[in-house]
Formats: sequence, C-alpha cells, structure tokens
Amino acid sequence: MKLIMAIVKPFKLDDVREALVAAGVEGLTVSEVKGYGRQKGQTEIYRGAEYQVNFLPKVKLEAVVDDAVAPKAVEAIRAAAATGKIGDGKIFVLDVLDAVRIRTGETGAAAI
Amino acid sequence: MTMKLATQALAGLALAGALIGGPLAAPAFAQEAPAQAAADVAAPAPGGVAAAAPAEAAPAATAPAEAPAPTPDKGDTTWMLISTVLVLLMIVPGLALFYGGLVRQKNMLSMLMQVSTVTVVGMMAWVLWGYSLAFTDGGGLDKIVGGFGRLFLRDVTPASNVATFSTGVVIPELAFIAFQMTFACITAALVLGGVAERMKFAAVLMFAILWPILSYYPLAHMVWWWAGPDAVAAAPSDPIQSGLIWGFGAIDFAGGTVVHINAGVAALVGALILGARKGYRSEPMPPHSLTLTLVGAGLLWVGWFGFNAGSNLEANGYAALAMVNTFIATAAAGFSWTLTEWITRKKASMLGMASGLVAGLVAVTPAAGFAGPVGALVLGLIVSPICVVFCSAVKNALKYDDSLDAFGIHGIGGIVGAIATGILVAPALGGAGIVDYTTCAADGDISTCDAATYAMATQVIAQLKGVLVSIVWSAVASAIVFFLIKFTVGLRVNEDTEEEGLDIVEHGERAYHS
Repeated sequence: MKLIMAIVKPFKLDDVREALVAAGVEGLTVSEVKGYGRQKGQTEIYRGAEYQVNFLPKVKLEAVVDDAVAPKAVEAIRAAAATGKIGDGKIFVLDVLDAVRIRTGETGAAAI
Repeated sequence: MTMKLATQALAGLALAGALIGGPLAAPAFAQEAPAQAAADVAAPAPGGVAAAAPAEAAPAATAPAEAPAPTPDKGDTTWMLISTVLVLLMIVPGLALFYGGLVRQKNMLSMLMQVSTVTVVGMMAWVLWGYSLAFTDGGGLDKIVGGFGRLFLRDVTPASNVATFSTGVVIPELAFIAFQMTFACITAALVLGGVAERMKFAAVLMFAILWPILSYYPLAHMVWWWAGPDAVAAAPSDPIQSGLIWGFGAIDFAGGTVVHINAGVAALVGALILGARKGYRSEPMPPHSLTLTLVGAGLLWVGWFGFNAGSNLEANGYAALAMVNTFIATAAAGFSWTLTEWITRKKASMLGMASGLVAGLVAVTPAAGFAGPVGALVLGLIVSPICVVFCSAVKNALKYDDSLDAFGIHGIGGIVGAIATGILVAPALGGAGIVDYTTCAADGDISTCDAATYAMATQVIAQLKGVLVSIVWSAVASAIVFFLIKFTVGLRVNEDTEEEGLDIVEHGERAYHS
C-alpha cells in the first residue's frame, strides 16, 4: 500500500478529485494548508502599505491506495493539477505499513 | 468647574421635572413657567428657540395677540427624525464595521467595542451637558462655546422649537437635539481610527467624555451657532449673534470642519502621542476582512444622506440638492481613488474603492447643500488623489501610525472639501450661492431671499480661516486630552496585550471561532 500525498492549487481540487475517481481511488482526505516552494510568496498592497505574503494557500490531498493503483493515481493527480506555471505543487508517495477499517476491523488492502 | 456644573445640573433637573409635569397640569404650568423659561432662553439653537411654548399658556388668554408663532411642518419633522436614525446607522454598525474590517482579527471586537462605547457615552453626555455647551448662548464666551442654559435639557419640551434656515420655519427642538447628538457621537468615534489596535479601553472611556467637551462642543458652537434667519430678518442692521467661525463668513453645510477636520486632526495627534503599534512597518498588518469594510462603507454612504441632506433641517429642494451631491461626489471619489491606484500600483483594489467612497463623502460634507451637482463631481474627482498621497507617500515618509487613515481621509478630505466649498458655492459654477438673510422677508423659503454678493477670494479666505482655526483648536484640545489620559489612566495597553490582541485581553472574547 502507498500513501499518496499531494499539495495542489486550491482551484484544481475538483479536477483532481474527478481524475482520482476515474483512476479507481475510492477515498480521499483533503485539508487547507499554507506554504511555499519555488513560487515564494506574493505582494499585497493595502492603501500605502505593501506586504510580502510568504505563505500561500494550497490544498493537501491524502489517499492510501494499492501498490498497483499508485502509479495511475499519481499520474492522474499530476495531469489534473498541472497548469504549467510555477506553484502547481508536489506529489509524494510513501510506503504504508498497515491499515484498519474501524467499523469491521478488517486490515491491510481490504481496509482501503 | 465641576462643582458649578453639578449645582447647575441639579437646578436643571428640578426644572425639567417641573416641565415634564407641566403640560399635564396646565394651569400651574401657565402661571409659573413661561416668564422664567422665556428669560432663560435668549437666542439658542441654530436659530433662536422660537419662544418656549406659548401655546401651552393658552388658558390665560390675556396676552395681546402677536404674530402667531410658527409651528413645525410635519414633513420637515419627519425628515429630521429619519435623518437622525440614518446617522446612527453610520456609526453602529457602519463605522464600526468599516474600521473593524481594517484591523487584524485579534482586535476586531475592540474596534467594534470602542466605536460603540464612544457612541453611548456621547449620547448620555449630550443630554447632560453637550447640547447646552454646543447650542446655547455662551454669554461672554459666546464666540467660542455655549452656556449652561440647556444643561440636562432644561426647559426643553415637546412644544419647544428651533429655527431652521428659512424664516418662519421651525422644527421641534427635540428633533434637533437628537440629530445633533448623533453628530457629536460619530465625530468622536472617527478619531478611533488613528489610535486603533493599541489604546486601552479605560483610556477610550475617558476620551469619550473629555474630548467632546474640549473639542467638539466648542467647534460645533463656533461653526453652527447663529441667531437664525428670523432674528436676522427682524433686525437686519444689527450685528448677527454667532460663533467665531460662522462670523468669519465661513460656510460648512454638514460638518467638514466640525466633524471631519476636527476628528482627523485629533486622530493624528492621538496617533503621535500614543506612538506606533508594536511591529508597525516591520511586520504585516493587513486588514482582516475587507468584506466587512465594504459593508461598513456602504452603510456609511446610506447613513450619510441623513447626515448631509438632514443638515438642511427642512425637507425641501436644498435637501434634495444635498442628496444628489452626496451621490455624485461619492461616486466620483470612489472612481478616482480606484483610478489613481490602478495607474500607480497597477491594481484597482477594493479597499481603494471603499476608501474613495468615504473620502468623497467627507469632502462633500461641507459642500453638500452649496455646490452644484457638477461641482460635486469635480470635488469628488479631486479629493481622492490628494488623500492617496497622504495615506501612502506622506504617511510612509513621516512614519506616523495613523492606523486606519482617519487623518489621511477625514482630516485631509475635510480640508479639501471645506476650502473647495468656498469655490463651488459660486452661482457661476452652478453653486447655490450664499443667502443674504438680512433681506429675507418673514415668509419662509430662502430661495426668495437675495443672494449675498459673492466674491471668490473673500469666500475662500473665510473658508481658510475656518479651516485654520479648526485645525489649531482641535490639535491643542486633543493634545490636552490625550496627555491628560496618558498621565492618569494611561493610554496604551502593554506589549503583551498588544501581541495577544485586545479582544481576548481587554474584553475576554474572540470575534471568530473556527
């Protein structure tokens, strides 16, 4: 099993979700986060005051998938979230040791 | 001073009590009150109080028939009552939200709370002593400030009336009192924009009581106190009794000097005496909700029709002129602020629009019933770029922390408007002209009076003198008040409180829960 963690632009969330469903990913956890990478921040001006905003709003997705599905899921996210401009985000893939479905007690691949 | 105030106030309270019972117990009232009341009230309100309720004395029926005293028109009265609550809408929630949106989240409630507190205290003070100090005969000090004739609203009854701007037209004094009360409240509340996010609540409370006494009531008296059209028409060759700035010939329709220059200068003085917020110019302090700021700006605009068109005191064509100008100047200023930022900063910001709207409202305040609509449009276009310079270039260069630009918008916008009023009133520029009240017959409507000879230079100089006196008076009075607070209860919260936010430390609440 793999944990796929992706940081994407907030307005791309819906596209990414649809792509993941199409790729056979059945569950998804999303959180609103702030951060920066190569894009750095942006400038905001309020009347006379100019501020450099370092942390930009992004969306973080987490999905645990079967080893076999992982490459398809990664590619689905990448294709859906890409705009070609700096700040599109990143995808990380991590090994998962185990999973438990709380309702039934099932473990491993059966739990996801 | 305090002792004297107290004894006078007690006397006023007793008398007010007698008068409240009066109309119900008519004969007693008719015998006891009128002579004394008439003697007490020499020539108050914007024009003199038109005799203390002779109608109530009717049972006596021995007085020789004089010209019947004018009675208020129901349309005028209705308009003043509506205007009054419109001005309240400007303060709570209008100004509170406009300012509240501009502070950081941790200080949102402190802003709402400070505006509300200054308002409720201002209302109480107004009926106790404020109205009397602003709008009665000040005796030897009449050029500067009113007297004690209306302490505790002594002698005011539902039947007492005050003059308007037309001969033979009066409105109920209580309507005038309520209307002017809201002006006193909003002026003090505007000052809070300069000292936001760092002033102690106890200091705000002290400010709410002291500042109007030293600054607002005297300036209102200097600018708006005069004998009234009936008194002038009745004795055209006599010198006109008036406050100092009115006496210069300076015109101020709804308070460019009294309200906006006064509040703006006080805000700057306050900002300088308090010092900058912790982290000012080193850490970001972006507004926490520009959404609420526009909600507030919109409510300010709506309420401002009561403020400006209500200042006409009558529901007539001049009120309509003030209303049109309050639309047009505001629209033009919102547009020109946006344009200025779009050109200089490459972005047309919403905050720029909201700021421009307020700058336009400020600038048109003194000109509302005097300028023509096209004059108001030009005024609106001009005022915003000037305010932009003060809110960015000048403020950044001099490094003072006028936190929400109360000086940059109200002070500067007020100065621009007050001076421009002297130009835009010119009949040749579509303005309403200046009425020569000495030629007014006793049959109402100022449009039938002669226009005074208008000379632009003379009028602009009169306006400049008014502006200058307002600036100096406000600066000195405000400095006294802020230092007085500084050396007694203290002005600023401590550094930890400032860091933590005033909401949780001073008020024990948070604005938002998530």
